[in-house]
Amino acid sequence: MNYAIKRRVSAGALIVSFFLVWEVLCIILGVSDLVLPRPSQVFYTLFTRMNVLWPHMVQTLVTTMIGFALGVAIGVVIGAVIGVSRTAYDTAYPLLIGFSSIPKVAVVPIFVLWFGSGTVPAILTAIVICFFPIVVNIATGLATTEPEQEDVLKALGASKLDILWNVGLPRTMPFFFASLKVAVTYAFVGTVLSETVASNRGIGNVMMTASSNFDVPLVFSGLFILAALGVALYAIFSAIEGRVTGWATRKNEIPA
Amino acid sequence: MNSMQTSSPLSGVPQTDAKAAPGSGFPAVELSQASVTFGQGDQQVPALSETSLKIADGEFLALVGPSGCGKSTILKLTAGLIRPTSGAVIVGGREVEAKALRIGMAFQNPTMLPWLTIEKNVMMPLKIVRPFRQQFHAKKKTEFRDRVHALLEDVGLKGFANHFPWQLSGGMLQRANLCRALVHEPRLLLLDEPFGALDQFTREELWGTLQDLWLKLRPTVLLVTHDLKEAGYLAERICVMSARPGRILDDSAIELPRPRTIEMTFEPGFVELNQRLRGLIVNARGGVRPSQESRT
Repeated sequence: MNYAIKRRVSAGALIVSFFLVWEVLCIILGVSDLVLPRPSQVFYTLFTRMNVLWPHMVQTLVTTMIGFALGVAIGVVIGAVIGVSRTAYDTAYPLLIGFSSIPKVAVVPIFVLWFGSGTVPAILTAIVICFFPIVVNIATGLATTEPEQEDVLKALGASKLDILWNVGLPRTMPFFFASLKVAVTYAFVGTVLSETVASNRGIGNVMMTASSNFDVPLVFSGLFILAALGVALYAIFSAIEGRVTGWATRKNEIPA
Repeated sequence: MNSMQTSSPLSGVPQTDAKAAPGSGFPAVELSQASVTFGQGDQQVPALSETSLKIADGEFLALVGPSGCGKSTILKLTAGLIRPTSGAVIVGGREVEAKALRIGMAFQNPTMLPWLTIEKNVMMPLKIVRPFRQQFHAKKKTEFRDRVHALLEDVGLKGFANHFPWQLSGGMLQRANLCRALVHEPRLLLLDEPFGALDQFTREELWGTLQDLWLKLRPTVLLVTHDLKEAGYLAERICVMSARPGRILDDSAIELPRPRTIEMTFEPGFVELNQRLRGLIVNARGGVRPSQESRT
């Protein structure tokens, strides 16, 4: 486990030195607060105005998690259908690709038109932006199941559902978790995107308002919060992934 | 073809499968005029000519022949993994889809599921096959685990139950593969070159293991192999197949006492049989010896 500690220390050191260099450069070059605040100022703002920021942070986090959960559910269902059936794969893929190619910024006004501003369009934006990587990964995982592994069960008289449950799904888990890590960060992007355009709550809205007031340290505080939330969620899913799909990354381990 | 039909009495073996009880008069497996063609239209590839084959209940049959002759096709037909293009496949007295016989199967590639421990891999058939699957979540689970551990011990894998497949060597995986094929006490065991990828000594050792298990449980066995010594050591009857599209050329009984030993495979009678079968297979490949092949 020496390696794990080393990895954490070096990752932490990089983050700290990134902020240090930023701070020092700002001081040396005399950069104005209005252009780029120093990290120390941002952290100070974060600390002093947390009571204001906190409800917005909760709003953004909750919105993102709802959108993410729904996006995952939709993604898993669509991915499972097109992964299991070759016909569904060939039929649905062009449409899905077309859908995922649409810039999601362009979709937000439509959602606002339909549902008004606020939480609903933010959730919907999070869904549409995060479900696609899940679809692709689930479908790939299921479609590439080794026929020999299926044959073992088929010879025993297993039903399609048995095979999906015992071979298809476990095999797809590494793909699924890889996509979850991507999708959760995408979901944040979707939420904040929608909040900046049409909401009066959430970090996206705070940043928008702060920038029109030239409160640049507050804008950066919002960015820092988003980054921290993103890292935290990534870490959570990464940890779950390690527990569930450790068999797929065994090369990092020493055989017992 | 001298198709011999001996119904072997199975004394003292618990009859676990009522639908096709030993001695019920049915052959365990019957292929009648079964043929298989892969592909459609212009790209049709005949894999198996119309073949008839009967395997008596409790019999150990080995299928040998040149590579690509349709040996595995017969095995897959019997397992119900593919359907015959024409003809019929009857297993345990009924159409193969009916799964009248409990089937255990092992391929050349161990195909252990990498996310499960050896114990859970071997236990898989109990999770799928009736009547075990209904009992799986009940208190029987401990009993099942004990059974798995006993089998693993039989094949020399004691203490590896909680290892993952990637922690085991090829030979050990193949042993586990055999256990998985046997754990649900199949009445029909289908083996597709299960020892093909192993070294000579491991292979001979596993022959002994398989023979012991067969003598103990007495399932019907269909073994596909390209190793004549293996076929002679294990089987009661050897069928030789022609080149693609395959058909059965020769059908001989092996009358050596059980349990057989590796030493027996060096005796004149065994060597003679071996050479006769070898001759048949060489002919089946087109009668061209490799040395002549390279000259022309």
